[in-house]
Amino acid sequence: MEFFKIRKDIPFMRHALVFNVISMITFLLAVFFLATRGLHYSIEFTGGTVIELAYDHSAEIQDIRNALEKGGYADASVQNFGSSRDVLVRLPLKVGQSSADLSKKVMDTLSAEDKGVQLRRVEFVGPQVGRELADNGALALVVVCLGIMAYLALRFEWRFAVAAIVANLHDVVIILGCFALFRWEFSLPVLAAVLAVLGYSVNESVVIADRVRENFRKMRRASVTQIIDNAITSTISRTIITHGCTQAMVLSMLLFGGAALHYFALALTIGIMFGIYSSVLVMAPIVKWLGVSRQQFILPPKKNKQEAVV
Amino acid sequence: MNRYPIWIYAIVACAIALGFTYTLPNFFGESPAVQVSSIKATVKVDSDLLARVEAALKAANIVNQGTFLDSNSVKVRFADTDTQLKAKDVLSRSLNPVRDDPSYVVALNLLSSSPNWLTDIHALPMYLGLDLRGGVHFTLQVDMNAALTKRLENLTGDIRVELREKDLRYSGISRQGNAILLSFRDADTRAKSRKVLEDNQPDLIFTEQDLGPNELRLIATIKPEAIKRTQEFALKQNITTLQNRINELGVSEPVIQQEGADRVVVELPGVQDTAKAKEILGRTATLEIRMVDEANSNPTALLAAQQGQVPFGDELYTEPGGSPLLVKKQVVLTGDRITDAQPGFDGQTHEPAVNVTLDAPGARIFKDVTRENVGKRMAILLIERGKGEVVTAPVIRTEIGGGRVQISGRMTASEATDTALLLRAGSLAAPMEIIEERTVGPSLGADNIRKGFHSTLWGFTAIVVFMSMYYMLFGLISALALSSNLLLLVALLSLLQATLTLPGIAAIALTLGMSIDSNVLINERIREELRNGTSPQAAIHAGYERAFGTILDSNVTTLIAGLALLIFGSGPIRGFAVVFCLGIVTSIFSSVVISRAAVNLIYGSRRRLEKLAIGNTSWK
Repeated sequence: MEFFKIRKDIPFMRHALVFNVISMITFLLAVFFLATRGLHYSIEFTGGTVIELAYDHSAEIQDIRNALEKGGYADASVQNFGSSRDVLVRLPLKVGQSSADLSKKVMDTLSAEDKGVQLRRVEFVGPQVGRELADNGALALVVVCLGIMAYLALRFEWRFAVAAIVANLHDVVIILGCFALFRWEFSLPVLAAVLAVLGYSVNESVVIADRVRENFRKMRRASVTQIIDNAITSTISRTIITHGCTQAMVLSMLLFGGAALHYFALALTIGIMFGIYSSVLVMAPIVKWLGVSRQQFILPPKKNKQEAVV
Repeated sequence: MNRYPIWIYAIVACAIALGFTYTLPNFFGESPAVQVSSIKATVKVDSDLLARVEAALKAANIVNQGTFLDSNSVKVRFADTDTQLKAKDVLSRSLNPVRDDPSYVVALNLLSSSPNWLTDIHALPMYLGLDLRGGVHFTLQVDMNAALTKRLENLTGDIRVELREKDLRYSGISRQGNAILLSFRDADTRAKSRKVLEDNQPDLIFTEQDLGPNELRLIATIKPEAIKRTQEFALKQNITTLQNRINELGVSEPVIQQEGADRVVVELPGVQDTAKAKEILGRTATLEIRMVDEANSNPTALLAAQQGQVPFGDELYTEPGGSPLLVKKQVVLTGDRITDAQPGFDGQTHEPAVNVTLDAPGARIFKDVTRENVGKRMAILLIERGKGEVVTAPVIRTEIGGGRVQISGRMTASEATDTALLLRAGSLAAPMEIIEERTVGPSLGADNIRKGFHSTLWGFTAIVVFMSMYYMLFGLISALALSSNLLLLVALLSLLQATLTLPGIAAIALTLGMSIDSNVLINERIREELRNGTSPQAAIHAGYERAFGTILDSNVTTLIAGLALLIFGSGPIRGFAVVFCLGIVTSIFSSVVISRAAVNLIYGSRRRLEKLAIGNTSWK
């Protein structure tokens, strides 16, 4: 079986400007949504209490809301999640209220209304922790970017490092933009997914950078544009198949992983889809514009001989 | 050219064999067990205990599936949970004849049902996190300011005693922030006092300040290293206290550990009664002994105090009987000085009482205070969550030496037991607050395992089916490499006993999905070489050789992301990151070395190789 029978190089670079305009627009849209709608942070970041309940029959959200209001929890948000029997109650942080008895009190209030309720999970996060998590998350993102850039600069060339990071940060911003647009919950696992995507889609850039370097050494007469086009074309089969496989795994998580893995898998799905596009079609033009040339990759031939003498 | 030396095959074979061995325990599942461990340092867990456990079970006609003795516990395996529960009751009754003073914790547990030879080589099933097996996780923050304040209060008390012993008169002593202010009327006394205090208080730095001819000050500030020591001690003391308290709960494998400079993480797997757990952990009771303000104990002063005019340096409390009581703020003794507390009965009145033993400095202070205050009343306060409660306020009849104190007065027998337990379990050196809590019910845990397993299984199947269709034999080899990656990863997780959480399962799935990249790279490269007219053997060689650099680079960049998550992540992220990083390492080995070994084994020895089963490459 063979999906990609491409005989001639596809002139990707000819359309570079179009691609870059498209990614600029999506990027700006993502930034716009992030700025106007903001991320819907989970309680891990904001602090608060989440209580997951399971009823032995379909749960009436309105009844639960009323019961909680009567019990003095007017600021609780109640929603179904997963199925109609599973209910998620979110309570914001309150000054002077200890977590220790909150979940118990809520359970008492609810089981007084309806006996068929069972506590599945409680999560309480105090205000101190949330702040820290947000800081550490941002720090992790910075460290990942710097680390990857340093490595690529060392192995290839600083132009590739810059281009790869720009391309992949663009993915990260788009994932976050989607989370802002649809008001999906941004939790710790989602943050982990975003960073994993960052590490993963750099792979694309590495593969292409590798090919570009090889082509510079092999295709002595070709222009920079030809070299990049050839590099993208000859790796496109691998790019699509790899991403297809990874995507299959992630989709399987999205379908079978249940509510707990839902947003995690969603972030990965978006990240992997945009990853193909950005590392190929955003990174390559940037590399070109930064002025990549053959001289940067040709090894000085003298060195080898000297080593041989020694 | 495509032959590996024998030692590489040997390494691959070894890795896979070890992988199988250490993955094996995960298939046997777990069976219900009861675990008996000792609470007291003096009670040893040894073969005697094992014999007692066996005898007790035999006497009650309970059939067990094997008993085990390890370094700190005896474990008994049972066929089902009903027998397990029955056995737990029988054992706790027979091992702890005195209910109020247990020597052993009898807890429910799960024990791997894998054969003994596996357990002997330390092959255990993966250690499941709380979100998979159910349980409670708390993060507690220790209030370090309170710890410091308490230390300063103690120091203030010590200074008072020392100056009094030397007969040096000061006109005032007070605490201000992190400093203790002493006022003197003449410079001579101040100099002498300073000398005495500097000799006896190595933790304090003294400076002098003159406010006026009759207002000479000596300011004592606590040294930075002493502050640090105090805080470290407070944290350690709190952890010890929590350990003692959790022992009461009967949890089989509690985790209590320090996190950062001022936090404690508590994990109680399998605990269902979270309310009880929180209640016991949250008890921040400390004991304080203070003097009753006799000068202001007349009805008018008490009435004024009840209306809000509490005299300076006093606090208003209510006695157990209901009458108001003015108690001095100055603390004579705190719960730290208590070494033991037992419930008992008063020798004369036969009322329930608590017998408290004090340590040497505590005994000395107590002796001095009681000698100087015969006929006066002292109040014993239990401070819980910032609120004090007078346990009793007895009149001091005689000087009490030897550090043995009896607290009695309007207590029932069970109250005496509770108080003793609270005092013995140790007081917290500083109050703690729950800043993070995660409770997962057992049904959700089982659900999470199932869902995580299914998502990995179906994703894995899809990849294997696709790869073998697309790349034929090489696809099958890639699938083999992927399976061995999974095998090695699970084996490594079992061997390291790293905690597997739901994000961890997600990381297993994700690394599998990502690691196929290496094999795709290799296979594509081989196809490309074949298209360019290279001979099959050379194509295999070049394919692996050229792809390796790319594979290494891309895995290193992914590993950078994984390591950053590991370093900066906490909670669920760390669980993800550990598996993610391990997965990257195993994936390099399996996709490069194992798949190459398989390819070499199949094709390496063929001289005349016309064609590779890697799909159609002849279209160019």
